[in-house]
Amino acid sequence: MTSAHAPVLVGTDIKPQRRSRRPRLGGLPLHAIVLGLMFLWALPAIALLVSSLRPASQVTRSGWWTALFPPSTFTFQNYQDVLGTQGLDSSFINSLIITVPATIMVIAVAAFAAYAFSWMEFPGRQVLFVVVVGLLVVPLQVTLIPVLSLFRDFELPGIGRVSGTFLAVWLAHTGYGLPFAVYLLRNYIGGLPKEVFESASIDGAGPATAFFRLALPMSVPVIAALVIFQFLWVWNDLLVALVYLGPSPTNHPLSVTLANLTTSQGGDWQLLTAAAFISMALPIIVFFSLQRYFVRGITGGAVKG
Amino acid sequence: MPPILTAVLVVLAVPAVLVAYILLIEAIVTRLPRRVGPRIRPWLWLFPAFAFVGVFLIYPTIATMIRSVFDRRGEAFVGAENYVWFFGRNDTLTALRNNVIWVVALTAIVVGLGLVIAILVDRVRYESGAKAIIFLPMAISAVATGVIWRFMYELNPDVGTFNGVTAALGFDPQTWLVNEPRNTFMLILTGVWMQTGFAMVVLSAGLKGISTELLEAARVDGANELQVFRGITLPLLAPTIAVIATTIVIFALKTFDVVYVMTNGNFGSEVIANRMYKELFNNTQPGRASAIAVILFAAIVPVMLLNIKRFREQEAIR
Repeated sequence: MTSAHAPVLVGTDIKPQRRSRRPRLGGLPLHAIVLGLMFLWALPAIALLVSSLRPASQVTRSGWWTALFPPSTFTFQNYQDVLGTQGLDSSFINSLIITVPATIMVIAVAAFAAYAFSWMEFPGRQVLFVVVVGLLVVPLQVTLIPVLSLFRDFELPGIGRVSGTFLAVWLAHTGYGLPFAVYLLRNYIGGLPKEVFESASIDGAGPATAFFRLALPMSVPVIAALVIFQFLWVWNDLLVALVYLGPSPTNHPLSVTLANLTTSQGGDWQLLTAAAFISMALPIIVFFSLQRYFVRGITGGAVKG
Repeated sequence: MPPILTAVLVVLAVPAVLVAYILLIEAIVTRLPRRVGPRIRPWLWLFPAFAFVGVFLIYPTIATMIRSVFDRRGEAFVGAENYVWFFGRNDTLTALRNNVIWVVALTAIVVGLGLVIAILVDRVRYESGAKAIIFLPMAISAVATGVIWRFMYELNPDVGTFNGVTAALGFDPQTWLVNEPRNTFMLILTGVWMQTGFAMVVLSAGLKGISTELLEAARVDGANELQVFRGITLPLLAPTIAVIATTIVIFALKTFDVVYVMTNGNFGSEVIANRMYKELFNNTQPGRASAIAVILFAAIVPVMLLNIKRFREQEAIR
């Protein structure tokens, strides 16, 4: 995975965190350091946001920080420009078209495998799952060239070559996302109480019933975490889209369009900052609204107990 | 068909087809003799996932290894020539060196800073707000991060924040992304901005898992804060730190997007993944690109084995 984070997590339980009952030590230096760090971390993003709202004529004449003090003028013109003339509007749609199916596909495919790993007995189960753990960290660079020639060689009736189409990125993202999805789901589903599945089996329920009626509804929190991971990963991905979609801009998602804008419009900061902010908006909304699941997803993975 | 309709169709059809597949194999398996059915059932359940993993991960990894010992056109066997090429050039070795710097510097800074921040925010009332701000860059793509930081590093002191500060302090504006090796460290700084939140959140959860009674007991016995940290907190956090460190090492080895957007590897800031991309698309040298990919993979294998070992240990106590 090449995105901002490739969660390589070992461990299993997704549990609510214990609330700290630690004494809240105060002291001026402590607050100064914490507030200073918050300021430093927020600064680059604030710079971007402020700059994207400033008129083009001012962006290169005075620093963005001058706009924080009156008199300052703000405008939405840059957003209109990038959405209209720079094609960010269709890239936004393309990002959605790529991300939503890729997210659904990986979870749908992974869930059955995770259930089999959790509650079915078969020779080689442990070894196969170790293979999944190993695949978690395979750099996708090592897969690019053969997969690209697969996509170039295959012609589907009615679609033509797979290379350059949304189908190519859906399939690739599903393949690349699967090890982590199977891993996370299996650790959760395998941790569900054994008695539930035993009594269902005694009552004559087959694996399909146990899966759809028990495992799936009980796994909602981990599926939510997985949705966020996969959504953020696919939405923010550059490499997969760059390689499998090729140079034609029709199907480019935001990441590729933004990367191309950086090369072609390197000095037009009012456009670049607005375009970057558009690409960040949806992940930030998703992230903040579902932060709880996201944090539990990664901490549950890395921390035991 | 308009792509958006195709996407809606895929969203509905893929789960439907998979559910139909499972119901179908269940219908077949239950009609098979008792000795056969339960034996093949797990394999049928695993099949869709392993088909994807086989086609998109296992097969291509092997194919890339084979491709790396063939020439540009993929016709003539050239042995180790592509590897000899990689290890015999200054620019490729620079990429390798930079990845080593990335691994060491990024991991050390992210883990250290993440730990410090986790400990500090644990002691303030606005903990969740502070965490959210430091964690936020994780939701931002590396491409947007590249734009954000190019803007920070911009040469013009009326645009770039860094040079705005430099100018205010009376210095000349700096070309942050041009001078080697400073540019690599400036790129690593963007990685720190992206990854520290991850380390902080995980370590913070680890800290809260340490029993307050244990810490209090040590304090009552007269240990000062530093002794408590070194004697109790740090050893108990060690496994968590190891997990984070491996994650960051892998991130550093695979670094691509930020470099691609910010410098494209110019001025001696190249990294392996970006070099591989250039070799594949700019120079159309798939043989050499394959060799670079294999070298990257080889660098990750030790981490992979470590993960597997750790997984086995956890399964043993499960």
